[in-house]
Amino acid sequence: MTWDWSAVADFMPRFWDGVLVTLQILVLGSLLSFTLGLVWALGLRSESRFVRWPVGVVTEFVRNTPLLVQLFFLFFVLPEWGVQFSALTTGTIAIGLHYSTYTAQVYRAGIDAVPAGQWEAATALSLPAHRTWTAVILPQAVRRIAPALGNYVIAMLKDTPLLAGIGVLEMLQQSRLESAATFQYTEPLTVVGIAFILIAYPASLLVRTLERRLAR
Amino acid sequence: MTSGLWQNWVLPGIWITVQLTLYSAALATAVAFGVGMARTHRSKAVRFLAAFYTEVFRGTSALVLMFWLFFVLPPLLGWQLVPMWAAVLALGLSYGAYGAEIVRGALNAVAPAQREAGVALSFTPWQRMRLILLPQAVPEMIPSFGNLAVELLKGTALVSLLGVGDVSFAAYLVRLATQESAQIYTVTLVIYFVLAFAITRSMKALERKTKANLGVVVK
Repeated sequence: MTWDWSAVADFMPRFWDGVLVTLQILVLGSLLSFTLGLVWALGLRSESRFVRWPVGVVTEFVRNTPLLVQLFFLFFVLPEWGVQFSALTTGTIAIGLHYSTYTAQVYRAGIDAVPAGQWEAATALSLPAHRTWTAVILPQAVRRIAPALGNYVIAMLKDTPLLAGIGVLEMLQQSRLESAATFQYTEPLTVVGIAFILIAYPASLLVRTLERRLAR
Repeated sequence: MTSGLWQNWVLPGIWITVQLTLYSAALATAVAFGVGMARTHRSKAVRFLAAFYTEVFRGTSALVLMFWLFFVLPPLLGWQLVPMWAAVLALGLSYGAYGAEIVRGALNAVAPAQREAGVALSFTPWQRMRLILLPQAVPEMIPSFGNLAVELLKGTALVSLLGVGDVSFAAYLVRLATQESAQIYTVTLVIYFVLAFAITRSMKALERKTKANLGVVVK
């Protein structure tokens, strides 16, 4: 079996389409997981047990079950409930929801790390609760949170191929289509594998630099 | 759900998921200790190779790696891996790379004076590792390894895309047969949750036990 550069060249148009879809999932999935994660984190800090408890159960459950099965669950069950989304939308929601349970822990740690004196100062100035959060606590928490969130974005990137399982045309699915059409498995799959390393490794270096800079 | 489907597909599927988790965890542990210790080796070349391994296997997606081992390796080497073993290899090698970072972190966290004491007693590097560093580092690794084991359990679901008959694959077949998606997928999620819970609990027990050997009490 020899490496065939022309197979690589033939795969390129499909590959770029896949890269765009992968990046699209990554951006929208990250935004969803960042916002939803904050909602979970605030829910876990709620005064009321009736908010804390259900949020805790839901996030633990989502965190400890496989993304792939959640993906199939949403893809096959939502239509039964009369909610019809495209595979791409369903996949993005699944990945965003799954990772929101991880980002929730990040937010929680970040919020806990804000010194207690800051809370007391806000109370002393009799700031209303929402001002305490938006003007005092969250701006300080975000600085500590950013690197950890970056790590989860990289993890999310590496989970986007799962969406091939429901037929989303991201990188892996494009390589499967190419292989099915040309019977060339080696080149498309290797190109996709290398593409992941080429995106993920510089990204993790970036996160590490960020971490070092914010730690100072 | 009819009992035939349950007995013929779901129960064996659970067993295959458990086996996959155990085999790949064993491989991942071996890789993690091998590569993790290599990252603290004296020789720069060994350290570089170990770091290279970690970055490559952490950088790519486990699913892509699995497809690669299953579809690309056979024509390259001239022999075919059974899907189950392609899966174990992919999961073990990639989660092993994550584990290597845990091993490295724990080894580095052992107080430097402990290593110096070993040098002062003229222990060989391997004796220092075996008698001083590892016994103190291993209990520190266990909580992180517990998290990684749950991640690994969840990763085993990927093998259903290669057609290995694990519990996710069984769920897919049952869905095709009964058209009752909500039911079977809810059951499947609960099965994974129970397995993950079992892992978390046993790792907690293991942590308590190994730390008790060092005279540390875990609450």
